Parts: sequence; C-alpha cells; structure tokens
Amino acid sequence: MAYNFKATAEKPDRLTGGHRMCAGCGAPVVVRTVLRALKEEDKAVISSATGCLEVSTFLYPYTAWKDSFIHSAFENSAANIAGVEAAYESMKRQGKIDETYKFIAFGGDGGTYDIGIQALSGAMERGHDMVYVCYDNGAYMNTGIQRSSATPKYADTTTSPAGKVVPGKQQYRKDLTQIMVGHGIPYVAQSAPMKNFKDLYEKSEKAIYTPGPAFLNVLAPCPRGWRYDTPRLMEMCEIAVDTCFWPLYEVENGVFKLTYKPRNKRPISDWLEAQGRFRHIVKRPEIVEEIQAEVDQRWNALLTLCGEEA
Amino acid sequence: MAIRDKLSGNEAVAVAMRQINPDVVAAFPITPSTEVPQYFSSFVSNGLVDTEFVAVESEHSAMSACIGAQAAGARTMTATSANGMALMWEMLYIAASCRLPIVMSLVTRALSGPINIHNDHSDAMGARDSGWIQLFGESNQEAYDNVIMAVRIGEHKDVQLPVMNCYDGFITSHAVENIELLEDEKVKAFVGEYKPQHYLLNKDEAIAIGPLDIPSYYFEHKRSQAQGMRNAKKVILEVAEEFEKLTGRKYGLFEEYKMDDAERAIVVLGSTAGTAKFVVDQLRAQGEKVGLVKIRVFRPFPAEELAEALSHCKAIAVMDKSDGFNGKGAPVFNEVRSALYDVENKPAIINYIYGLGGRDVRSTDIEKVYSDLAQIVQTGKAEDPYRYLGVVDANDIDVAAEAAATRE
Repeated sequence: MAYNFKATAEKPDRLTGGHRMCAGCGAPVVVRTVLRALKEEDKAVISSATGCLEVSTFLYPYTAWKDSFIHSAFENSAANIAGVEAAYESMKRQGKIDETYKFIAFGGDGGTYDIGIQALSGAMERGHDMVYVCYDNGAYMNTGIQRSSATPKYADTTTSPAGKVVPGKQQYRKDLTQIMVGHGIPYVAQSAPMKNFKDLYEKSEKAIYTPGPAFLNVLAPCPRGWRYDTPRLMEMCEIAVDTCFWPLYEVENGVFKLTYKPRNKRPISDWLEAQGRFRHIVKRPEIVEEIQAEVDQRWNALLTLCGEEA
Repeated sequence: MAIRDKLSGNEAVAVAMRQINPDVVAAFPITPSTEVPQYFSSFVSNGLVDTEFVAVESEHSAMSACIGAQAAGARTMTATSANGMALMWEMLYIAASCRLPIVMSLVTRALSGPINIHNDHSDAMGARDSGWIQLFGESNQEAYDNVIMAVRIGEHKDVQLPVMNCYDGFITSHAVENIELLEDEKVKAFVGEYKPQHYLLNKDEAIAIGPLDIPSYYFEHKRSQAQGMRNAKKVILEVAEEFEKLTGRKYGLFEEYKMDDAERAIVVLGSTAGTAKFVVDQLRAQGEKVGLVKIRVFRPFPAEELAEALSHCKAIAVMDKSDGFNGKGAPVFNEVRSALYDVENKPAIINYIYGLGGRDVRSTDIEKVYSDLAQIVQTGKAEDPYRYLGVVDANDIDVAAEAAATRE
C-alpha cells in the first residue's frame, strides 16, 4: 500500500504527549514515527537506554509509553530487549503466549555508538527478532552535551570545547551504520524525520516486519546541543540530508540502496552555519573546506556502494 | 525413590536446571562456572528443555538479558564466577531493585587482581549488599538442593528478590561426589509454574519497568526492597521445611555441628566446613568441647539466630575466605561480631582470613584455629583479633620460598 501521510498520522500515538522532552527535540518525533509503523493489532515491548528519552518519558509514577516498556541501564538496551525477545520465543513455543509481539530498543548515540556498542553488536549477531533504533543527536545530551564518537568533527561540546588553541572536537564521527552493515543482518537503514515522514516510516515498517535483527540509525536534532531555535527542528533534518552530511539509504540483505538523492546538493556551510556548535569555525574557510572534503568523500563512497552515479 | 548418582557440583546444578526447565538461560563462560552453561546448552541442543538459551557476549549482557527475560514473565537463570559477576555488578543491583527473582549460580572464585582462577569468596562478599539473597552450599548435594529451593524462595510474593546459589569453585564445582537427585517430576512439582503478578508480556496489561525515581519515591522503593529481604528469612525456612518432607534433607539458616556444649566454635561458609567437621570429630574424640557453625544463608543475615547459637561459647573464630581491606577484619567476622553485641557475657571472637586465591586449607590449619581458641579461653585474652591463616609473611623471603617448596 502506498504511503499515506494523513492515514499514518491518524494512527493512535504509542508514545503519548505529556512527556518531558524539550521543545524542538528530534527524539520523540523519531520514536512516534517508528512506533506508528507497528500494525495497530500487534503488541510491542520497548526498551530504552538511560538517556534523555528514558528519563523524560518514564518518571515515576508516570509513563508516556502505551506499550510495555523496560529500562535498566545505559549500555544495555539491546541486551535487555534481547532477553525479552528470548522470553517471548520460549513462552510462545511452550504455548504460554498467543499474541504477536514486536521488540524495539531505543538508545541515543552515547548509548549506541559508545557504551552500548558491545551489547548492540552481540544482540544483532545472535539474530534476535528485534529492531534497534539509534536516535543520533551527536553527543551525550542528557548529561550536558559531552562529545561522543557520533559527534561531528569541530563541534563544540563540553568535553571537546572550542578553545583558543583547539577548535572543538578533533576527530571525525564514526560511521555506525556501516559497522552494522558489517554484521550482515537482514536490514540496516539510515534515516531522518523529514518532510512527510515517508522515509522513516517505511524504513521502520521494513525493520519491524523483516524477520531477524534490524538496525535504524536516525538523525534526531537536539536544540540544546546543536544550538538552533526550536521551531527549526524539521529544517535541521532537511539541511543535514541535503548537504549529504546525513544521507538516507538502506541495506537489505547486503544490497545498498540510496533512498533519497538531493536534487541540488547544498554546501556543508549551510549545515554548519545553522548551528551554534560550529560558530567558531564557520569563518575559517580552511576548516569548512576540510569538512566539505570529508562529506564529499563519504557521500561518493556511498554512491558507489549504492550503484549510483556521482 | 531418590536417584543415586556421582556428579560434579557444576553438573549437579546443571541437572537441577534441566529439571526446573526455566524459560530462559542467558550466560557467558568464565572458569570455574563455565560447565554450567555447557551442560545446559547440551540439554537445549538435545531437546530436553523448553528453555531459550541466550549465549550472550558478556556477563553484563547476561544479567541484562536475564532482567529483560524475567521482567517479560519468564523464569530465568544464569551462572558465573568472580570477574564475570564483577562485570554484572551494575545489573545485580538493578535486578534486585526491579524485584526480579532471577536465580544465579555463583561458582565462587578469587576476584582479580592478581588474576587467579581458584576459589575464595571475594566475589560473593563483594556482592553481599547488592540486594540478592545469598545461599552458600558446602557440597555438590547442597549446591543441587539450594538451586532448586532458590526458585521458590525468590519467587515468593513476600520476597520477590534474585537469589545467588554460591558454591566453591573447583572444590565443589569440579569434584565428583555421590549425590541424591530428585525425580524430574518431583522437581517440576516442587518449583511449580512461575506466575508473576505483573510482567511485560501480559496481554491484558502493558507495564513499564525501570523508571527514573526522584527523591519523592526512591527511598520508599528501597525500603520496600529491604522488607523483601527481611521477609526472606521466614520464607527460606518454610521452603526448607517443604524440601525436607520431599527429600529428608534438613536445611536451616545455618548448620550447627556438635554445638550443644561447645566452648570453642568456628564459624565458616562453604566447603571448608567439611574439613572443619573432620577436625571437630577428631578433637571431640579427645574430649575437647569444640563445635562448628556453617552459615548457609548469608543474605538475609541471620543475626539473632547466630547470636543465640553462639552465645554459650567462650571463644569463637570466624573464618573469612576473603579480605575486607578495611584493616579491621573481613565481612563475615564483622557481621558475626556485630550480631553478638547484645549478648551478655560475650564470647571472645577472632577473625581468620584464609584460603585466598585457592590456598589449600588443611585439617592442620583448622586444628591450629581450635588450639588458638583454647589459648584464648585459658588466658582470657584475644590479642590481635584480625589474623591470617596459612599465609607466609611476604617480607620474609627465605621463609616464603621454603613454605612454597613445602607446598609443592
């Protein structure tokens, strides 16, 4: 069935309003879109790593989650949901459960790229029927904007501060999506909530309903860490995608497919200038050129993998 | 009719797990506990259990998966040792605070460093305040019996806490002993079905587990958790009584061996009790009034009961198979001594730290302890109560080398 924005938007929310995420935060938008891809009749168990999402949606005695939800620690969202999925497999086999359940783990980039990568890798390798969704805002935002291995080079964070000598983070971000592709799992995709949400919705649906493990890396802008005005959330995603800083693609059974190719690839300066965390380098053309070269190199490598012309 | 067999401690525990038939087992190999998941995965491969076996990539994920599975409504078990449990540390506390009755066999081993694969209790003692019930077994039979009883204890509605089935690495885990096994159907009937009140996979009720708990609520939750631990003492005894009816084997909070008129007593946990009982028998044959208390339940700590059992003694030696590194005695000693605070005419009490990193504990070592106690009774003085047994002063290299040569 062709994607229908209105119809999907009318599905009941499985993450309700009233949670305490910041205005202009991408994470709840990502979560709601992913959960909308569940069939209404299917049940789900959700796990979350410790982070903004968890502490703001499940503050005792309130929960914003309509489905069963578990949080236990920072680095183990994948292992936690793997245990739930194992329980389901066992209990279903023994006839203790009849219903269909789906299993979705969420984690920020800190809980996924860094401290949680081992649990994630293990769960994916073991082949649990689950989806892991990384909402990537490019730093440890919950503890106050510290650098992670997902933080872009030169970003100003509280542990890679832009100073008189060192202009922010000195390393390029790790490409976790490619690392997950290296696991040889059935479905890996990179997405962002933008425009009519078609890209993220369809990838979520595929991820949830492809048997076996699936991984989604989803851009989730953070107004505090990136320093943009909260109403510009959706625009931030579009700039990231149109500058090819955050390409949208999927890898199904090892086959790469570009799911969005910008008609006019925008210069990376558009992305840098839109955010306060790059303010210290936007007037330094040699740095902007270096970042542009890195983005181009990654983009061209991806085009080759996807069989697209540059 | 009970089934007579000869099994190692690890195999006996794995057999108990097969009979319990948990829904999920998640485990990671570490010496000396590795055989437990090994035996168990062969039961899975041969279709002898309904269990989903999750061969995780670390102990942290083992406990995380156990938490997820038990919270989902599955009866869940695991096994580990030493550094493996150290890697679980964070999750041990969370399992207890989520009130999840996971059963873990802890095959006790010295905690690094330096790295050492042999037995002592430094791993178990480190986790003593994590909120887990801790049972210590002396023999293969006790390791087998305790793991079966652990299921009932942890799942009891007044308890709802995880349970650690501790037994000594190599000494108990790898030594093959005669054992009486229960029939499969008797174990199945004894443990019954796991029926949690709330669980993630309940189709009639979605629940959320593991909230951010602010100061307005956190304290009450911890208080309620502590009550579960307090309630456990009664439940442990009730389960033991039922188990005795089934097997004829009697279990309490601790075992008193020849304590009735004992003037001198040793308090000990685990396999060393076997060696100590041998010494007690020898000394008793010579007319000496010596006895032994073997603690089975370390958490919850049976303070009042121990005080009662020890109050008539003149001198007591508490044996710790781990150091406390506080300069003033190790954990079991400090708790036993504290338990005796309200006793009138308190016995003299000393601490022996012994057997670290698998150092052999010989009957002559235990004889020395009783002889030291005799001296204390005689002189009325217990000088330097913080003692080490069977260790060579590392500053005296000649003596150390000589002692090492003797041991070889």
